Amino acid sequence: MTTKLFGEPVRRREDARLITGRGRYLDDIGAGALAAAFVRSPHAHARIVDVDVDAALDVEGLVAIYTYEDLTGPLAEPLPVLIPHPQLTAPRTGYPLANGEVNHVGEPVVMVVATDRYVAEDAAERIAVTYEELPAVVGVDAAREARACVHEEIPDNVAARHHQETGDVEPALAVSPHTLSFTQYVERSAGMPLEGKGVHARWDADDRSLRVHTSTQASTSVRAAIAAKLQLSLDQVEVVAPDVGGGFGVKIVHPWPEELLVPMAAIALGREVKWTEDRREHFISSAHERQQRQEVSVGFDDDGRITALDVHVWHDHGAYTPYGIIVPIITATQLVGPYVIPVYRVVVESVYTNTVIVTPYRGAGRPQGCFAMERTMDRIADALGLDRAVVRERNLIQPSQFPYDHHLTFQDGRPVVYDSGDYPALLEKLKALVGWDGIDALRDDAEARGKLLGVGMALYVEGTGPGPYEGGHVQVLGSGKVLVSTGLTTQGQGHETSFAQIVSSELGVPIADVEVTTGDTRRFPYAVGTFASRAAVMSGNAIALAARGVRDKALRIAADVLEADPGDLEIADGVVQVKGTPGASIPLRTVAVLSNPLRYAFDEAAKQATQFAVQASNDQPPVTPGDAPGLEHRDYYSPIRSTFASGAHAAIVEIDPQTWEIDVVNYAVVHDCGNVVNPMIVEGQVHGGVAQGVGGALYERMAYDADGQLQNASFMDFLMPYASEVPDIVIDHQQTPSPLNPLGIKGAGEAGVIPGSAALASAIEDAVGRRITSMPISPTELYDLMRSETAERTAASGRRTGVGA
Amino acid sequence: MKPAPFRYADPRSVPEALEVLAAEEGAKVLAGGQSLLPLLSMRLAAPTTLVDLNRVPGLDTVEVGGDGVRVGALVRHAGLLAHQGAARVQPLLARATANVAHPAIRNRGTTVGSIAHADPAGEMTSVLALTGGSVTVASSSGTGTVGWRDLFVGPLETSLPGAAVVTSAFFPALPPRSGTTFAEVARRKGDYAVCGAGVVVTLDEDRRVAAVRASYVSVGLTPEVHDLTDAVAGSPVEKADWAAAGALARTLVEPDGDLHASADYRRLLVGVLTERTLADAAVEAAGGSE
Repeated sequence: MTTKLFGEPVRRREDARLITGRGRYLDDIGAGALAAAFVRSPHAHARIVDVDVDAALDVEGLVAIYTYEDLTGPLAEPLPVLIPHPQLTAPRTGYPLANGEVNHVGEPVVMVVATDRYVAEDAAERIAVTYEELPAVVGVDAAREARACVHEEIPDNVAARHHQETGDVEPALAVSPHTLSFTQYVERSAGMPLEGKGVHARWDADDRSLRVHTSTQASTSVRAAIAAKLQLSLDQVEVVAPDVGGGFGVKIVHPWPEELLVPMAAIALGREVKWTEDRREHFISSAHERQQRQEVSVGFDDDGRITALDVHVWHDHGAYTPYGIIVPIITATQLVGPYVIPVYRVVVESVYTNTVIVTPYRGAGRPQGCFAMERTMDRIADALGLDRAVVRERNLIQPSQFPYDHHLTFQDGRPVVYDSGDYPALLEKLKALVGWDGIDALRDDAEARGKLLGVGMALYVEGTGPGPYEGGHVQVLGSGKVLVSTGLTTQGQGHETSFAQIVSSELGVPIADVEVTTGDTRRFPYAVGTFASRAAVMSGNAIALAARGVRDKALRIAADVLEADPGDLEIADGVVQVKGTPGASIPLRTVAVLSNPLRYAFDEAAKQATQFAVQASNDQPPVTPGDAPGLEHRDYYSPIRSTFASGAHAAIVEIDPQTWEIDVVNYAVVHDCGNVVNPMIVEGQVHGGVAQGVGGALYERMAYDADGQLQNASFMDFLMPYASEVPDIVIDHQQTPSPLNPLGIKGAGEAGVIPGSAALASAIEDAVGRRITSMPISPTELYDLMRSETAERTAASGRRTGVGA
Repeated sequence: MKPAPFRYADPRSVPEALEVLAAEEGAKVLAGGQSLLPLLSMRLAAPTTLVDLNRVPGLDTVEVGGDGVRVGALVRHAGLLAHQGAARVQPLLARATANVAHPAIRNRGTTVGSIAHADPAGEMTSVLALTGGSVTVASSSGTGTVGWRDLFVGPLETSLPGAAVVTSAFFPALPPRSGTTFAEVARRKGDYAVCGAGVVVTLDEDRRVAAVRASYVSVGLTPEVHDLTDAVAGSPVEKADWAAAGALARTLVEPDGDLHASADYRRLLVGVLTERTLADAAVEAAGGSE
């Protein structure tokens, strides 16, 4: 079958448009719209004493100024806690505009609307806000010490204590032949989509309806939020995600204050209003992730097999908890990775700080969990003098143990039961790919060139594709065009291609005939969103089911026309035909025309279809009861629980022992996301993830000072890696299909970022012989570590003469 | 991130530009705009008027003579980088320019503009110093020459009056029996250097080290030239102890720390880069063979 494109490396159909400037991003919409700009808090923690707008009033072109006092009804209430949890005992959210207090630099205080953004910023600059500063809590340790508090009524700064355990860990540790305890840190970073957030709203006063474009990962939910907060009926609100220039999690948070305030102003003013986030705003008023302090105690036997694991994490949650404790839960439950952990206890304390909120950023707590688990493996190996791969191998869940129940509860409230996988094979492939067993020769060669070489590895299991559901709609037109829509959004993942491949394969039509629309509530009103590596699993399967529904109907209609049994028909290249009987066929587009008994002959297709029309029986209605006109089908996919993808990364670094520059000379990835829709797209996702993993390990950090001022809020000082910093990546695939969904697929979006810090810390430690207990690490920090009298030397460095000494 | 309001002038001659600069207090010259425009967008600078030199004829030439290279105010970094004649007379120009940011910035940014911007993290300020260069300045009182030492006053600060246009920079030729190298350590390729080093090694007729000078990027408040000759004076070029020169350099510099590097780390890099660049420059000084 020539149309079987599932699994083929089809080139991304959207790329030509996107890379030649024909994308339609938020700021490309509404050229004549009024522009909004915000006065944002310059203080990390302060009471607002006074807002004086007088000086702004004579700025020519000013249209409106809004403060908290102007908000009414539900808008004046705190923003929603999207995902409540019983262990989130002290949730807090901000207001669309600050109500008397600000809790981080960048929190919106005043919205200005003017004829253009220049004028709006001129006016915003003249608004004088008087603050009474309060002590700022910055960083996870300060929050934990709680000498000051972020929210007055929460003196210990603890928003949530998330706690899970699978047995009695203390006795298990006590009887373990060996134990180790250590503390380590992961620093803040952020997803940094190249397109920031942005909202455009247009109120149609005649139609009394609102159309909102927003650069979001969840248009259906933004729609519901706007309707609720602005007290509109859902049918009055349409929300469309245009081309979105990256999300990485930050755009799943909703409603952002601006997603409510811009529509509010558009309705109040009767004019189009637009806000386009600038880079500084994105740094100080969107979302970050990743900072954790991790205290790990592990028990293990002489072979390095883990007997018990006790982890206590302090998770910096920033100023508010709008997205609940999803990130802490994911750290807690995904930490265990591909390993058998006989007794496990984890406590994650989410603490408030006077910094930008923390919500999921690609990986969403997994990189930290992986860092804890994989560094534990490294420490066990070092303590016992074993190869790090061997220790991992001995702890792996075996293929015969699936489905494997960790007896933990995942972010979706469902049990952490791994559906399928083959972790030993993954590890074997990784060792071969990176040349693990030949590393000593490479080390010698590097040493001869004056370089320190090290290798590290890290494995992960990633819960992907959580529910509750996604839907898909497939419709064949009389022209032969196949319209596909799903409610979740796209922000660069190539859904136009991968979803079209699924439909092309399921329906037997040329991919060129398939048009995919995502994230438009006018086309598909029920959806959850694009996050948690769920789009291919959720919408992919829903679209496949919808396509199968269309196929069934097409075969039924064609069977009537061709006087054949539906089971004897097949569809290929857009033609339904009786298997093995050339000539006994009907184009699918004609079936589409026949599917609608109202056939005004507007076009040739309709005219031609009449020759196939089967004379309906006079005692039956034209549309059979239970049937519907049109060749279309809508279906939903709702999974029993998440699928669990897996992977293993290894990095080889070379370090200049004079300048302490760190060069990643080899980066190997083995990746298993079940059946693959498009290997080229999966590899692209892995590449992007690795780039962010390398960024988080070696370059990026949010450099807050003690006052809560972000010192590097620009692309000049926040060091997102360029292509020149991202190593060449070698990838090997493994496909362990998921038994949980029709297509057998697992998610792939986040995987690439997860093991970066763990693998690179391991490699650097291997190269220099000093314990790496905090990531990221830069050359200047490595230099400090190497000079430090107190830095711990690894046992491996002592056993290996001449290295790191 | 939109600039505050400003007026815009696009004079067609240097005198016309000077007229606007004299008339408008707080006016600022615009050439490539690669440093100025981000400052405007972040509202860290709010000049009343931008005086755009881009339509002034005659400022976009590179003149190469036996004594050196004169670079006009509108010559882009990319133009200088590709100029083979300039590279023959003063190889440091191309070697340093290759380290200026990324191609898109080099295509737009001007060498003279970056000197007039006086950023101690800029490569070309350091090169002007190391070569003993100067700038030609037009002002209401006429046209004059200002040597690099008198030009740089502090970070982003020159001795020039407000109503002045730097029309060109002059980089003296590499002296005979000399070699030169430029190297940087940056966090990412094309970033401002954590530390950069340009060096010139000059030999005497017996191939002994006669003079060693170095200038650093992102080290200190203004560009400086350090004489490292004492560490290696008189050594046959093959036997010179470049590490000693590096060690000497470390004692002479006063770097500051920032987000990307501690002062100590910068000092370390001064030593390492000095040793490494000198070794390469010495090979060139000796005629390309050891």
